[in-house]
Amino acid sequence: MLSTKFTPKNKMTKAEIDRKWWEVGDYFRRNSLWLLMYCTGCCAVELPPSMTSAYDMERLGMGPMATPRQADILLVSGYLSLKTLRRLIYTYEQMSEPKYVVALGSCPINGGIYHDSHAVINQLDQYIPVDVYVAGCMPNPESVLNGFVDLMEGIKQKTMNGWKRYHDHFEWYKENQKNSLGEVIVHDEFHQ
Amino acid sequence: MTIVNFLIGVGIALFGFVLQTSIGGINRKIVGRMQKRHGPRWYQEFIDIFKLLSKRAVSHGWIFDFGVIMALGGIIGTAMFMPLTNQILAFSNNGVNYDNFFIFVYLLAVGMLGMAMSASGSGNPWASIGVMRALTTMLAYEVPFLIVVLTIINLTNQSSLTGIMEYQQMAGNNWFIIAMPLGGIVGFISLMGMLGKKPFETYIAPAEIASGPMVEYGGKQLGMLFILHEISVFIEVSLFVHLFLGGATNIFEFLIKYFAVYTFANLISNVNGRFKIDQVVTFFYKWPLLMAVTQAVIVIYFGWVI
Repeated sequence: MLSTKFTPKNKMTKAEIDRKWWEVGDYFRRNSLWLLMYCTGCCAVELPPSMTSAYDMERLGMGPMATPRQADILLVSGYLSLKTLRRLIYTYEQMSEPKYVVALGSCPINGGIYHDSHAVINQLDQYIPVDVYVAGCMPNPESVLNGFVDLMEGIKQKTMNGWKRYHDHFEWYKENQKNSLGEVIVHDEFHQ
Repeated sequence: MTIVNFLIGVGIALFGFVLQTSIGGINRKIVGRMQKRHGPRWYQEFIDIFKLLSKRAVSHGWIFDFGVIMALGGIIGTAMFMPLTNQILAFSNNGVNYDNFFIFVYLLAVGMLGMAMSASGSGNPWASIGVMRALTTMLAYEVPFLIVVLTIINLTNQSSLTGIMEYQQMAGNNWFIIAMPLGGIVGFISLMGMLGKKPFETYIAPAEIASGPMVEYGGKQLGMLFILHEISVFIEVSLFVHLFLGGATNIFEFLIKYFAVYTFANLISNVNGRFKIDQVVTFFYKWPLLMAVTQAVIVIYFGWVI
């Protein structure tokens, strides 16, 4: 008969331990989100009020960062022409994981008012995975902050895994990118 | 010199990290209130550092990785020598305290050079510009600061920090910021330069050169750089407290003085713009240098010390 007093605890498997540590990391990650602002579109004008005294993004632990390596969120504010899309993909691939993409305005969703332009892409989700959309033309600062709170909640629920999707469906994303941008072969000392 | 001394030293470095990270967070809150904002939580800086350590990071070669570790080790090694009060000190032997001022000058350079090496190893031009600017700023503020500190060493006939502390605490002597007002002002301006606060923030300059030396860091390496930065701020502010504000006889006095100095520097920083790099150098070589030399002449040749 087994003694109840000395019954060994059932040990956690490695996967369970990893999951526990990942949840601990998620607490830190969702409370300290640093933004890299890709301000090409007009939605960028809504960011100063949401950062400064009026709505104060810093109370959520968020703040602007200077380079892609340091940032957690890639904030796409508005429409993307083909030229800026190429730079956006470079930037996204430079960020360190886990990384999230937040798209402001209606242009990254369906093209918005530029839907019939020859130089502007219509759906950002075809090229890089988007975690949170904030719809509106333009979204006001309350909606922008609400989008970030949604992102935090999503990180807690483990639904914001766009960066994993980018790994899993890398060929599909690359195919779309090549179809739109065309392949560029650069001849200089950095691209051998 | 036993293992206990080393444990106390590591404890002082850890204490400095926790202290400066907390006070940095409280200062972010104070700045927020100054700008009519709510401000982040006071432990936000801890969250930032642990988040960075939990992220994945790319490497740009072994110099990039090794330089960060060397810089962090150098800074922790420097902080181990820092006395907190008259009594709390890691390395002392038969009444001789190993906390000479020049230890800090030498060992701080290990950290700075490690960071410069690592930043240059990333191969990013912004990083090279940032490192060049950091070294130029260092060249600018060190000259007036060292003149004032050498005046203090000449006056007290010793360069041990606890010795200088006790000299100021003796009956009849004043804190050096009162006894040598010009020197105190120079010391504070140089401290602003050391901390990289706003008028002298030229080598970070996020909007101009994309945060300078830190441009290629992300994830773990950036987390280690943040820890390094907190500990080096602890060393620099403590140096100012010990040299000019009469040190501390107990730990609470130290905490109050430390908080006052760092908060004052931060408040000045938040109402200022940023100098260009040539303006930093001409500024430091004009007024602070003139004031430092005047103070040295007054103290050494006239002996007018309050």
